Amino acid sequence: MKNRQITFQILRYNPQDVASKPRLQSYTLEKDSGMTLFIALNEIREQQDPTLQFDFVCRAGICGSCAMMVNGRPRLACRTLISDLPKTIVLTPLPFFELIGDLSVNTGKWMRGMSRHLEAWLHSREESPDLGRIEEKMEPEVAEAVYEMDRCIECGCCIAACGTAQMRQDFVGAVGLGKIARFRLDPRDIRADDDFYELIGDDNGVFGCMSLLACHDVCPKYLPLKTQIAFLRRKMAKIAIRQE
Amino acid sequence: MNTILTDVLVIGGGLAGLRAAIGAKQRGHRVLILSLVPPKRSHSAAAQGGMQASLANVIRGQDDNEDVHFEDTVRGSDWGADQVVARMFVNTAPKAVRELAAWGTPWSRVRRGDHNVVINGEKVTLTERDAAHGLIAQRDFGGTEKWRACHVSDGTGHAMLFTMSDQVIRHDIEVLERTEALALIHDGERCYGAVVRNLVSGELFACMAKATIIATGGAGRLYRVTTNAVICEGMGHALALETGVAPLGNMEAVQFHPTGIFPAGILVTEGCRGDGGLLRDADGHRFMPDYEPEKKELASRDVVSRRMEEHIRNGKGISSRFGKHLWLDITLLGKQHIEHNLREVKEICEIFLGMNPARSWIPVRPAQHYTMGGIRTNYTGESPWLKGLFAAGEAACWDLHGFNRLGGNSVAETVVAGMIVGEFIADFCDNPANTVAPPILLAGEFVRREKAALEKLLYHPGKENAFRLCAEMQDVMTRSVGIFRNADNLQEGVAHLRSLLRKSLDIGIVGKSGGSNPELVAAYRVRRMLKLAITIAEGAYRRVESRGAHFREDFPKRDDQNWLKRTLAFWSNDPESDLPRLEYEPLDVKRMELPPGWRGYGSKDYIDHPDTLARQLEVAEVKYSYLTAGKDRFALQEALMPYADYLPESLRGKNERLDEPLERR
Repeated sequence: MKNRQITFQILRYNPQDVASKPRLQSYTLEKDSGMTLFIALNEIREQQDPTLQFDFVCRAGICGSCAMMVNGRPRLACRTLISDLPKTIVLTPLPFFELIGDLSVNTGKWMRGMSRHLEAWLHSREESPDLGRIEEKMEPEVAEAVYEMDRCIECGCCIAACGTAQMRQDFVGAVGLGKIARFRLDPRDIRADDDFYELIGDDNGVFGCMSLLACHDVCPKYLPLKTQIAFLRRKMAKIAIRQE
Repeated sequence: MNTILTDVLVIGGGLAGLRAAIGAKQRGHRVLILSLVPPKRSHSAAAQGGMQASLANVIRGQDDNEDVHFEDTVRGSDWGADQVVARMFVNTAPKAVRELAAWGTPWSRVRRGDHNVVINGEKVTLTERDAAHGLIAQRDFGGTEKWRACHVSDGTGHAMLFTMSDQVIRHDIEVLERTEALALIHDGERCYGAVVRNLVSGELFACMAKATIIATGGAGRLYRVTTNAVICEGMGHALALETGVAPLGNMEAVQFHPTGIFPAGILVTEGCRGDGGLLRDADGHRFMPDYEPEKKELASRDVVSRRMEEHIRNGKGISSRFGKHLWLDITLLGKQHIEHNLREVKEICEIFLGMNPARSWIPVRPAQHYTMGGIRTNYTGESPWLKGLFAAGEAACWDLHGFNRLGGNSVAETVVAGMIVGEFIADFCDNPANTVAPPILLAGEFVRREKAALEKLLYHPGKENAFRLCAEMQDVMTRSVGIFRNADNLQEGVAHLRSLLRKSLDIGIVGKSGGSNPELVAAYRVRRMLKLAITIAEGAYRRVESRGAHFREDFPKRDDQNWLKRTLAFWSNDPESDLPRLEYEPLDVKRMELPPGWRGYGSKDYIDHPDTLARQLEVAEVKYSYLTAGKDRFALQEALMPYADYLPESLRGKNERLDEPLERR
């Protein structure tokens, strides 16, 4: 049964505890068919080490809680099958975000700050529409295109993989640019490109992107980040040139 | 002691809590939201297929309206629902969809002209009206007469939750993420807020408010196999139960969803069957028409789940090393449809099953899905037993769903209840009589009590393991309080759960960190979960009839004569207490707009209430006289069961449809 054994190297660190020092801790586990990192980590916590910290909520790849570095690559742990990984699995928390402990990071706080900064909500024409009336129409293709970008789950993988984010703490990242692209596509939003330029027309916004585009490769929802960011940059560059 | 004062304390950052928070904030009140996780990670995001609202835009939804939605909901509930609440709900649901549309939800839209769909296993061409082009689209769901489920592809809950959460950010409403309410602060008559634990630092503090609303979702994690997220442990239910004052209603009403993927229990949406997917057995045979000739795969969830388990018992399941399952076949819908309308389903199948649902059948088996029971409230969402305590959404027993909820009605309930209850909370806070000086001393007592309990738990040299107790509880619930129930199993289940509750007093904890400590969290939660589990099992044991999702093999008939009533469960403050006290709240047939009858699917055999026949005749007479006198459906409804006065004034208006235009002002 030896060949079914897998080894985890998990980064342990509790920033709340002054005595705690970051270290890699090893655990071994019997592999099972269909085993995901969600199942494996819970098994470790329940049977070997009840102090191990990590975050899961939906365990179905839709809530974005469980992003972590799996052998150096940001992934949703709940959607990662052990069978797709080598026999030694190194797990570390997402970089960039505030560390809560072990594999748990505070993506929620950062995402909320980003949303507030980018005013990432629909700016509608009418403040309080008459809810008894038939809704405003929208082309089916447009609704689908908006949803395509609206599928972002704010997991933080794109930020963890981003070269610019390693250097600029205030960079809004693919997640932020994706949100702007989403509201820009939405005909219900009254903001024009000039308004979006105010939000992302600088190095913390669309001009900070170095086009390395690891975000696109690691996005677990397969959002078309590459084309959307390129398109957004073209539009914003036009305004920048005009403003020169 | 750190104390936060606010007007409205919202416990739970899912759709119901967020919408109620926005309502109260818009009316000028201070609002604070507590959430275990960032709100966008809430379980509301898991709603896939749709939100029921009678917009009647698509051709198969034509002639849909509040009346049809109302009847579907009441039949679905097996007459357990509060019909006034159901009326309030169906009138508000279209407004909720339209409000979300105005706030940014990218609802899927109707495209004019011909499109091919699969209905009852056959390809059919439907033609959508020109006038409907660009309006919000509906799809078919189980237990409904019309296509009514408004959707955003199959990521409906996600899109709704992101819209709502972004509105909360826009309204600058404070959310304390990674915090957990441990106890309600109350004096037996009035609720004043909650004792709250910071899940990162371990700090305890008091949040004091004029009104407290629990919107913490369901308790699916009481079961081994559930579609629910790992945070759905019923802690909001437990908050109310542990007051010893506020009861839970109908906790034995637990829904099992027909299509959890096997064996993980991850949900694939009812939209699969709504869009034409079929259930097949070991022989590849489509078996549902054999059992349910009327609605087939699209009977209500309780009925379909029961038929599936029955079919497995009849030896028609597919064997695997994890046990038996059946197939969900959506291959007939085609690749194009699956990639556009069922993309979450496709991803789930690819990742968790390593298969492509456009080519192969999906292994499924019913899994725990929804908690119909909850904190019993009146129509305003307030607990009649504890002033200032409100509840909304899955955590509440409002009671919209009775003994079985229809697909698409829960995500609709979250927003609708948030809108309605949010207004009533604002009214409550506006009333000067409800402004009382916060009893700081009382709050201090509650904080000290929780602190002492946590310290005792942390340092008690016990020999029980919290994770193992939890797993054992989940096994008992699955075995004894599942889809098929009987007296022997339930009795054994209750006894077993009581012994686990006793064992939970002897939990030992290895890691002594008082801060972020998953073992400590598991330990204090498992005790509360066990109280809920016992409440469910005991309620199921006492209810000697079958209604909706509660099915007793030894009492297979619905018994309106003796059981047309709601279970109320109270938990005594006595620390030795290990059983709830049950009371029953009768439903009044004489006031029902839709008196009890056959649901249109499922068993035709039931025991009538003595008042049923008289009420049926009365309703028939009123209908006849109103329709012959040319009165409209609104007048008729008003004559049968007036409800409009119960709604907040802002939500009373009619709903416009293509075929029911409102006069332009």
